[in-house]
Amino acid sequence: MSRKGFIPLGNRMGEGRPPGFDIGGTAVVQWAVARLRRIGLWGRGLVLAVPYVWLLLFFLIPFLIVFKISFSEAVLAQPPFTGLFEWLTDDSGEGGKLQIILNLGNYIRLWSDDLYVLAYLSSLKMAAISTLLCLLVGYPMAYAIALAPPARRGPLMMLVILPFWTSFLIRVYAWIGILKANGILTGILSSLGLVDEHFEILYSDTAVYIGITYTYLPFMILPLYATLEKLDRTLLEAAADLGCRPWEAFLKITLPLSMPGIIAGSLLVFIPAVGEFVIPELLGGPDTLMIGKVLWNEFFSNRDWPVASAVAIALLAFLVVPIMIFQYVQGKGHDGEVR
Amino acid sequence: MTNQVIRKPVRLEPWLDPNETPYVRIERVTKRFGGFVAVDDVSLSIYRGEFFALLGGSGSGKTTLLRMLAGFEIPSDGKIFIDGVDMSDIPPYDRPVNMMFQSYALFPHMTVEQNVAFGLKQDRVPKDEIRDRVAAMLDMVQLAKFARRRPHQLSGGQRQRVALARSLVKRPKLLLLDEPLGALDKRLREKTQFELVNIQEKLGITFVVVTHDQEEAMTMSSRIAVMNQGYIAQIGTPTEIYEYPNSRLTAEFIGSVNMFEGRVVEDEPDHVRIRSEEAGCDLYITHAASAPVGTPVWVAVRPEKIALSKEPPVGAHADGRNTTQGVVREIAYLGDVSIYLIELAGGKMVRATMPNVTRRTDLPITWEDTVYLTWRPFAGVVLTQ
Repeated sequence: MSRKGFIPLGNRMGEGRPPGFDIGGTAVVQWAVARLRRIGLWGRGLVLAVPYVWLLLFFLIPFLIVFKISFSEAVLAQPPFTGLFEWLTDDSGEGGKLQIILNLGNYIRLWSDDLYVLAYLSSLKMAAISTLLCLLVGYPMAYAIALAPPARRGPLMMLVILPFWTSFLIRVYAWIGILKANGILTGILSSLGLVDEHFEILYSDTAVYIGITYTYLPFMILPLYATLEKLDRTLLEAAADLGCRPWEAFLKITLPLSMPGIIAGSLLVFIPAVGEFVIPELLGGPDTLMIGKVLWNEFFSNRDWPVASAVAIALLAFLVVPIMIFQYVQGKGHDGEVR
Repeated sequence: MTNQVIRKPVRLEPWLDPNETPYVRIERVTKRFGGFVAVDDVSLSIYRGEFFALLGGSGSGKTTLLRMLAGFEIPSDGKIFIDGVDMSDIPPYDRPVNMMFQSYALFPHMTVEQNVAFGLKQDRVPKDEIRDRVAAMLDMVQLAKFARRRPHQLSGGQRQRVALARSLVKRPKLLLLDEPLGALDKRLREKTQFELVNIQEKLGITFVVVTHDQEEAMTMSSRIAVMNQGYIAQIGTPTEIYEYPNSRLTAEFIGSVNMFEGRVVEDEPDHVRIRSEEAGCDLYITHAASAPVGTPVWVAVRPEKIALSKEPPVGAHADGRNTTQGVVREIAYLGDVSIYLIELAGGKMVRATMPNVTRRTDLPITWEDTVYLTWRPFAGVVLTQ
C-alpha cells in the first residue's frame, strides 16, 4: 500500500474533518475506522477499493480456479477433474504429507496437437482481418461524424450505437437471412445475373468476417470519433499553408494524431474477436476454425475441463501481449502527450 | 537581438509613388457566409516590404480577409492578386504565402525542429539544406536549444517564436500573421513587437498582420487599414490615422477622443469656426476640412491636446474660442500621465491627460476644482460622418 496518495490522503482527510462531524457512534466502529485509516484505507482509498474488490472476486479468483483446473486431469466424476492437492497419511492415519500433482500434459497437448495451434493462428488471423476491415469501414465513418456540424453529431453517433438496442443474437441471425442461398443479398446478386442461384456466402470465412466486422464496428468507431473530434482543424490549415495537399495533410497530421484512437479501437475489436464463438458457430462453415469453437467443444462435447482450461489460459496469455502494448501506448500518451 | 526599432532614416512610402505596382491587390472583394456579409466590397493595395496592419474589433472581417489571402476562404465576389497573379483558383498549398496562426497551430506530435522543417520537407528541399535553414531560423528566434522539445513543453512566448520560425523558413514573399501577439502577456508582447519589426526589416518580407490592438498596430505597421463591419473605414500611416481620422469611427477606435457636436458658423479658406453648445465655446480649426455654413459636424479633440489650468489661461483668444470651463470629477493617476474627467457646464464629460512632469504627490489640480480647458487651433479634427 505504498501507492502515492493513499496513506497521506487517509490521514489528511481524518484531520481535516469539520468539527461536529462524527463517524460512528460505537467504540467498535471507531476502532475499525482507526484500523482502516492506519492501513490507509479511508476516504478515497475506500472508493478506489471497490473496483479492486470487484476485479478480485469476479476476475482474479475465477481465473485462479481455471488456472488450477488446467493443471489437473480429466476424470469421469463430479467435478470432472482431479484435485491438485492431496493430503496423504499412512494406514494408521499418522504422519501426513501434502502431495501436489501438477499435470502439465494439457499444455503439452496444446503444443503437440496441431488442432490447437492451428485454431489459435486461425483465430488471430480472422481477428486481425476483421479488425482491419473494421478500421477501413469505421475510420471514414468516424471522420465524417467528427466533421459533421455539432448539432448533427449526436444523432449520427446514436445511429452507430442503435444496433446495440437489439439482441446480438437476433442481429447475427438476421445475417443468416441476408447471406444464405437465395437470401436478401445473394438473391439480389443472382437476380442481377452476377452470380448463379446456388451462390451462398453463408457458412464460410467470408460470412464470419462480415459478421464480426458488423458486430464490432461501433467499438472501432467510438474511440476513433473521440480522438478525431478533438483534432484541431487549424492544424490541417497550417499543413496546407506549408504546402500539403489534403491527402498529404491526412497522412502526416490526421493519421498520426488519431493513432491513440486507432489503437484503442483495434484492441477493442481484436481482443473479443479472437475468442469469438457465436459468430463463427452461426455463420462459419465446417472449415472455419476458431479457438472459441475449440474451447466450446472441449468443455461441452468432450467434457475435458482441464484441456479446455489450458486452452483458455493460453488464449489469455496470447492476448495479454496486445493489452500491454495498449497500456504502454496509453501511458506514453499521458506522460509524453502523444496527441 | 536588440530591443529597439531601427528605423531607416528615410521611410519608404511606396503607396505614394504612382509608378509602384502593388504586391497584393485586393479588388472589390466580398465574402458572405450565408446571409452574413463578413467582408463587404473591400479594395486594398499592399506594397512590397510593407508591414501592413488590418485593425478592427471582433466581427470586423479582418481575419476573414486574411484567410482569403491565405486561400482558406474563397471570395464570394471580387479578386485577389498576389504579385500580379490571380489567386481565385489557387489552393492554399500553391500560394507564395505563409501564415502564422493565432493559435500557432504547431503540430503536437512533432518536435520544434520537425515543425520548422515541415514546410521545407514538403517542398523536397535537400536534407542538408533543410538542416541548415532550420538551424539558422531557430537561431534567429533564439530557440536553438529547444530544437528537440515538443510544443507542449514550451512556454507561450517560445511557441509563438516556433510558429514564426515555421512560417518564415520557407522564405515566403508574403507573411500573414493572425493576432501574432494575442496570447502573450503585456511585457512579452511589447518586446516581441520590436522583434517582429526587426525581423521584417531584416528579411524584407511583406507582412500583413491582423490585430484588434490599436497600440500593436501603431507600433509595428507602416500602414493601417481600420476595418468595421466588413468594410475599410480608413487606410493610412499610424500618424495619419491618429491625427487625421476621417470619421468618428476611426477617431473613437484609435486611442481616446473627445467628440463635440456642433454646427459650422464660419467657413474661410484659412479656418472653420464651429459653434458647439456641448463644448460651451466656439471651436476654431485652422486646417483641413471645409464645410458649408450650417452643416452639423463633430469635432474630435484628443485628450493629450487639451491643456488644463486653474487660472484663466494666458494667451487665450479674446473671443473665447477653444477655451471652456469645467469641474474635475475623476482623476486616474497612471504614473507617467494622469487622466482627468472634467464635467463641462452642459454636462458633457471631457477627458484630458497631463504628463506628470514634476515629481510631486499633491496634484496641482484635484477633485472638484474648476478648471479651464484650452487647446490650439490645429488640435481639433472636423468630422462630417
